[in-house]
Amino acid sequence: MIFLTRRATFAAAHYYWNDGWSEEKNREIFGKCANRNGHGHNYTLEVTVAGEPNAVTGFVVDLKWLKDVMEREVLAAFDHRHLNHEVPEFAKTVPTTENIAIAAWRRLEPTINSTGGAKLSRVRVYETPEIFAEYRGEA
Amino acid sequence: MKAYFGRRYMLSASHRLHVDAMSDEENRAAYGKCNNPHGHGHNYTIEVLVGGAVDPETGMVMNLTDLDAVVQTKVVERFDHMNLNHDPMFLNQVPTTENLCKEVFRIVSGELPAGMLEYVRVEETENNFFECYAA
Repeated sequence: MIFLTRRATFAAAHYYWNDGWSEEKNREIFGKCANRNGHGHNYTLEVTVAGEPNAVTGFVVDLKWLKDVMEREVLAAFDHRHLNHEVPEFAKTVPTTENIAIAAWRRLEPTINSTGGAKLSRVRVYETPEIFAEYRGEA
Repeated sequence: MKAYFGRRYMLSASHRLHVDAMSDEENRAAYGKCNNPHGHGHNYTIEVLVGGAVDPETGMVMNLTDLDAVVQTKVVERFDHMNLNHDPMFLNQVPTTENLCKEVFRIVSGELPAGMLEYVRVEETENNFFECYAA
């Protein structure tokens, strides 16, 4: 089994807020991330696909195809957007790095897994070079 | 829904790879430049990955401030700008990055809920790193 990874970057704004909590509790749990005017990051999206190399092409998947899928399914929706206001997944869900990784997985999985061979294995999202989250499709 | 949260921490420390049970010649053969008597240093990167259910209230596997409280206090403050050989942990074992990685895993896992620590990676330089997973 080969694991193939493609990276892409996007820039987006967000803030953390739970409507069910008081302003005080939001500030206590989320700290600076609870600033309602939002803030932004340069995110890095890492998508890992697992499979066997095709006998003819030697590819697990065509990287150009994977790049296009990532751009169409994720970057077109997330890049230069305010995640809380413009991405439907985060209308009621806090756009933490964990939830961004889960949302990206859900956007990517149907297309990637429809190829017949390779399967989506891991989505990792870096919020900064030092902070990241990943989702592996686990329940 | 299980997801993973990772964080990278930097620390600078010195060490010397030397084992008293071996002769000077054996130490030089085993450790080369790393055996130089006065030690040398690295900028280490410690990468910690924790796994668990995403809390629907917070959207988090673990609050970064809680993870920082553990790793900064128990690992970074202990080793940053220190000589690893002088830490009690390395009085009886050589401070290779393998051993540092294993000990950081033990320290951090002891402070977190059972089974939550997925791995500890210690990067000694940009070109070599070590990972420790739960046995």
